[in-house]
Amino acid sequence: MKWLDEFADPAAAKALLADIAATVTRPWAVMEVCGGQTHSIIRNGIDQLLPAEVELIHGPGCPVCVTPLAMIDRALALAGRPEVTLCSFGDMLRVPGSEGDLFAAKAAGGDVRVMYSPLDAVRLAEEQPDREVVWFGVGFETTAPANAMAVHLARERGLRNFSMLVSHVLVPPAIDAVMPSGRIHGFLAAGHVCTVMGTAQYEPLAARHRVPIVVTGFEPLDVLDGIRRCVRQLEAGRAEVENAYPRAVRADGNPAARAMLADVFEVCDRQWRGIGMIPASGWRLRPAYAAFDAELRFDVGTIDPSEPARCRAGEVLQGLLKPDHCECFGTECTPRTPLGAPMVSAEGACAAYFQYRRVGNA
Amino acid sequence: MPEPHTPASADDVLAWTCPVPAAHDMVVMGHGGGGVLSAELVERIFLPAFGPAALEGAGLTDAAVLPLPSGGRLAFSTDTYVVQPLEFPGGSIGELAVHGTVNDLAMVGAMPLALSTAFVLEEGLALATLARIAHALGRAAHAAGVPLATGDTKVVERGCGDGLYVNTAGIGVVAEGVDVGPHRARPGDAVVLSGPVGEHGIAVLSRREGLEFGTELRSDTAALHRLVAAMLAAGGQGVHVLRDPTRGGLAASLCELAASGGVGVEFEERAVPVPDAVRAACGFLGLDPLHVANEGKLVAFVAPEQVDAVVAAMRAIPEGAGATVIGRLTEEHPGLVVARTALGAQRVVDRPLGEQLPRIC
Repeated sequence: MKWLDEFADPAAAKALLADIAATVTRPWAVMEVCGGQTHSIIRNGIDQLLPAEVELIHGPGCPVCVTPLAMIDRALALAGRPEVTLCSFGDMLRVPGSEGDLFAAKAAGGDVRVMYSPLDAVRLAEEQPDREVVWFGVGFETTAPANAMAVHLARERGLRNFSMLVSHVLVPPAIDAVMPSGRIHGFLAAGHVCTVMGTAQYEPLAARHRVPIVVTGFEPLDVLDGIRRCVRQLEAGRAEVENAYPRAVRADGNPAARAMLADVFEVCDRQWRGIGMIPASGWRLRPAYAAFDAELRFDVGTIDPSEPARCRAGEVLQGLLKPDHCECFGTECTPRTPLGAPMVSAEGACAAYFQYRRVGNA
Repeated sequence: MPEPHTPASADDVLAWTCPVPAAHDMVVMGHGGGGVLSAELVERIFLPAFGPAALEGAGLTDAAVLPLPSGGRLAFSTDTYVVQPLEFPGGSIGELAVHGTVNDLAMVGAMPLALSTAFVLEEGLALATLARIAHALGRAAHAAGVPLATGDTKVVERGCGDGLYVNTAGIGVVAEGVDVGPHRARPGDAVVLSGPVGEHGIAVLSRREGLEFGTELRSDTAALHRLVAAMLAAGGQGVHVLRDPTRGGLAASLCELAASGGVGVEFEERAVPVPDAVRAACGFLGLDPLHVANEGKLVAFVAPEQVDAVVAAMRAIPEGAGATVIGRLTEEHPGLVVARTALGAQRVVDRPLGEQLPRIC
């Protein structure tokens, strides 16, 4: 099938693996930033096929995982209000808050809806003017343009019953935040983030940390090609930004989307679940759109919860701990009874290991 | 002898069942998803609650097989249909209600004798809609050659139902010498799949969410008793296990069979046929085609000596035209399903936890 089959071809994969094996001469640790790449790697068994010198470290790029507990609790509080219809992407519903998840809030009578697009939430607000429709706007730069568009449309259409609980985060500050561990030699940047933002903002990062950053896609061959280019740079002593995903990424990204983002959002400090405060690492609504900010529209009281002490998600998200090396992995913590978000999300590293990696301990 | 399942008080449910799942103290949608949560309801609530009243092995197979005092064996199954939307590309809740129950009977090797139909109608449902669905149900039963023997109708107030729900129950006859079930799974058995996966789930999802993926997908809903008859005629006792991979998809069926049969399952991921439109939709929505529901497919464990004859017989009729061997049963890792990926690595295949969720990006 076009755009899928040719990026999973076993013969081409073998050739890329052989190239990596022939190139590598010493140990390198490469972080794939995006949780979508983590799942592709684990699902296809790419890490089992790489030469021993190449270690993949799973990064913080799972939006569900890094959304702070306080934000989940705010969403739960909003879902509990009788006038509110809380709309969200599906994989936020199972993330544990301090008390239960959004599925439980729904079962308890909350009006919680799973949607594929924030524009569907705008339409719902138009159709049901007596309901307060709140969109849970989470994610990296990838999901932000559609969320920005939703707020923009809501203002254009004069909607007074649509608002957004915004918890957007940005990739470049996260790369800065994980570098001090000293473990990471190179990065696979998240292809779809760069589809929106372009590649320019990664140049200063590569220069500052002297690391190669390879913009990488998600199909098996994309990931292998990203690794191959990263290893080639490392072996040659180069630290450049390279685009291995040109079918989706241009140097200037998507200018129309970036213009929409600049209109609606401004950069802010953001708490990352499991990692902590990262300065200038997120987006919030600009004052001109304050009327659409759910945190300003609804008073949900002070919400300042603390994480379960046993969960080591922070170390996992920073690449300091492999999921199956956590003492709770697969015992206290499973997708059924998650201690932290990485065991929940489709892109969480712990969930990927649990789903695909239990032959040894089954 | 003490009766461990006798409740101390009818209200005190928690005191006499196994502990309910910790994360939820009420029913959530995932409990109906055919995955881990659904299985937990059966294992932790229903079976302990029913206690000695539950037939041995109940809850583990699609249909019960009951010996008749006069000789011979009867298969008995029931299923309730709550699909939304009521009508979707390739079918409606009417066809599903016939095919689903006929297939549950067929998966224990039974040929269906008769079905009952019970409708729960919501006040305000258009009679034209009801008539279309009733016609679809009648046509499907006639085409399957299974009489509709008895029925019931109830009406609930507006807001208390989703338009309509249908329950069908079915009885069938298990021919002498036929013995199909997880207890017959043997290491070395071939794993046979009757055709491409994922069409029903994606057809319903695309209609429900208003999504389109190039070519329109149609539900694969179909009655499989004739396919099973052909397999039994060709393979006889060599047909060990049958299962229709509905909710939870092929992955859930294989996992359940691996667990209940005490065998390991290994299959080639690339051997599982996935239509292009299903693959595209799953890629877009972040779903795994192995977790998507089917309504007209079966997976079988067949003795290696008979597998060629069985697959040839399957391919000779339309319901089995796409039949193919995808893997085999092993002594290693009993209870676990392992896929060999296109790149040659291995991964564990698990049941979906609950509902299939669209992911963020």
